[in-house]
Amino acid sequence: MNECLETILNKAQEPPKSKKVQHSNAKNAVLFEAISLIIHNDSEANLLVRACNQLGQFLSNRETNLRYLALESMCHLATSEFSHEAVKKHQEVVILSMKMEKDVSVRQQAVDLLYAMCDKSNAEEIVQEMLNYLETADYSIREEMVLKVAILAEKYATDYTWYVDVILNLIRIAGDYVSEEVWYRVIQIVINRDEVQGYAAKTVFEALQAPACHENMVKVGGYILGEFGNLIAGDQRSSPAVQFQLLHSKYHLCSPMTRALLLSTYIKFINLFPEIRTQVQEVFKQDSNLKSADVELQQRASEYLQLSIIASSDVLATVLEEMPAFPERESSILAVLKKKKPGRVPENDIKDNKSPTPITNHNNDVNNTTSGSADLLGLSTPTTQPENIGNTGVLLDVLGDIYGGGKVGDTRNSSGNTWFVDNKKFVCKNNGVLFENDLIQIGIKSEFRQNLGRLGLFYGNKTSASLQSFSSTLSWPDENATKLSVQMKPVEPVLEAGAQIQQMINAECIDDYTDAPVIIVSFTCNKVSYKITVKLPLTINKFFEPTEMNGESFFARWKNLGNTNQQRSQKIFKASSPMNLQVARTKIMGFGMQLLDGIDPNPDNFVCAGIIHMRSQQVGCLLRLEPNKNAQMYRLTVRSSKESVSVEICDLLSEQF
Amino acid sequence: MMQFMLLFSRQGKLRLQKWYIAHPDKLKKKITRELITTILARKPKMCSFLEWRDLKIVYKRYASLYFCCAIEQDDNELLTLEIIHRYVELLDKYFGSVCELDIIFNFEKAYFILDELLLGGEVQETSKKNVLKAIAAQDLLQEDEAVEGALHDIGLL
Repeated sequence: MNECLETILNKAQEPPKSKKVQHSNAKNAVLFEAISLIIHNDSEANLLVRACNQLGQFLSNRETNLRYLALESMCHLATSEFSHEAVKKHQEVVILSMKMEKDVSVRQQAVDLLYAMCDKSNAEEIVQEMLNYLETADYSIREEMVLKVAILAEKYATDYTWYVDVILNLIRIAGDYVSEEVWYRVIQIVINRDEVQGYAAKTVFEALQAPACHENMVKVGGYILGEFGNLIAGDQRSSPAVQFQLLHSKYHLCSPMTRALLLSTYIKFINLFPEIRTQVQEVFKQDSNLKSADVELQQRASEYLQLSIIASSDVLATVLEEMPAFPERESSILAVLKKKKPGRVPENDIKDNKSPTPITNHNNDVNNTTSGSADLLGLSTPTTQPENIGNTGVLLDVLGDIYGGGKVGDTRNSSGNTWFVDNKKFVCKNNGVLFENDLIQIGIKSEFRQNLGRLGLFYGNKTSASLQSFSSTLSWPDENATKLSVQMKPVEPVLEAGAQIQQMINAECIDDYTDAPVIIVSFTCNKVSYKITVKLPLTINKFFEPTEMNGESFFARWKNLGNTNQQRSQKIFKASSPMNLQVARTKIMGFGMQLLDGIDPNPDNFVCAGIIHMRSQQVGCLLRLEPNKNAQMYRLTVRSSKESVSVEICDLLSEQF
Repeated sequence: MMQFMLLFSRQGKLRLQKWYIAHPDKLKKKITRELITTILARKPKMCSFLEWRDLKIVYKRYASLYFCCAIEQDDNELLTLEIIHRYVELLDKYFGSVCELDIIFNFEKAYFILDELLLGGEVQETSKKNVLKAIAAQDLLQEDEAVEGALHDIGLL
């Protein structure tokens, strides 16, 4: 076969018999197929190099089509270790075609190839070229290029000062196209590497001095100066007051989210530089902050102000301590790139034997990301004061209350010593008693943040004998587990009389799913064995993030999503219990979406909006519930950008009324 | 496998469509509209291939008519260009220097020829001669039927 492939390559060298394009088209079609086969085999170094040279000739061919295909095939060649070096020889030509090519899709291929052929030896040059090109690049490929530059810079950075420079340049050149992930990542890296902190602080300080700088730059600058501003405070030119003035000069031009971040920076300044405390307090006291229309800003301003007035310097120092290092994990930027272009991201891993990206299985990841993203995404939580999420004491206290008022859920199919529990009310509720009988009480407390969830199950033994061979196992089919990954900590096999144990469950929503996982609790008590099957309240609506919006934008989106039938789901159903709008209201609020008042002309109707967070995507969701008191009927309409989600949300909520 | 083939004019009018995968009408319309606008926006010197969703689009312009095919990731673009060209050659042979009007008025013939050339999104007959033979035989059959029908009508048969 190799001989055959060689013959094809030889033939390609011969001058064409006829001048017709069609003839060469057919010939080249065969040639390209042969090259894909060579790449697929990936065993004959000789053939691979020859193929690469052949493609190199095509790179300067007159036919746009051939140049395009040559770049594409070379992209695959670059991932093979045999031909990687050979591909690198053509770097100059590729860079040239990235810059000079008239056709944007060919330029795009060139960028892909540059990304694929990058390694430690040429990373600096390629990244520099890509940065240069970015200034004039076509708008349609900018975002992808930004991601690629960010990834390459991170991956091949031997010197992190270089990395910081590259990313800041990136923000300066193409700030609009720099996604959240990119600047999150630079902050993670700066925080994790002590050696660049001072340099980073100095560079962002300099970058911020530009008269017009992008909002993302302000975000990075705010964050880094807040953490490490003290490292450059020694210099007169960047004294605390100067740093503060500089940041504050940008404050009024920024969106509420950035302002919120800057407020956090200011309170951190109070801790770092007590000498500018009064200046900072003045800012907190300004009407535009303390009485801001934005709740988040208002809350931050007033809380920070109080914190700075009341708390002693010791307390301040503890509360406003430097962020702990982020756990190392796969770059989130890579995930974004993969999501954007499924199947089209050329692998850039082959040559990288020195620092393979740590591939953690996502079960372990749940723990990491809970702490990691929680810290960085501090914006989504109302306060940045450290709160101990997993504190057992707190959980138990809360549960104590519930025990008093909680009612036992409806049990179905319960016969003899086995019970099956599917408690619908937990769709709209996070905490409470899942199951209770004479022997045992199972309580639950759950928390959700973005696409992550943490559930605490509490088993209380109500008997005066101990429960033996106690076990609790998860039943969640594999096909579903790829959409919602659930990880359970094992429990002790013996539950003493009157004792209570807790079991933690971590969940991560990866893709949209239906139904919910089930746990099977089994134990023996006085030599009789019991089995309880409980459906966990881990339905997809738990991953909702409420979204505030005004009537105008709500209806615009509502109309937008209603265009195709696939995106909406509607149900009309009879009320199962007498209609009580107040109760319905509570249920809807517990469902996880933002209840939007004053949008629907009919005050009885409920209108909600929310975003479901999954690892792979986010799905926006709108909902409208119209009660009809006379007929005791409800009409529920759900619209979202994904059909399966609309249907599931509609099903879940309709069972509640 | 080729997923579908579209023929449209420079004004964006769809002249012929052949789908080798099942889609609801609504989606077909949407895809067609989207592709026509993207392709018409491209300049003549640009390359004939583009990435679209998870498919590759291969198109070529012949006079005022665009021939556009969607193929899967592992198909060969140049080969698809060849198929398009072969189809154009066939049309040309059959109609004798084909023009857009030929396809508008004899669209059924254009479909017949395409069906002889492609089956289920793959080439089924590479020989131009065989395709034209089959079409000629078909025409003959049709004519016979027409004559028979006419005779019927006037009561001679």
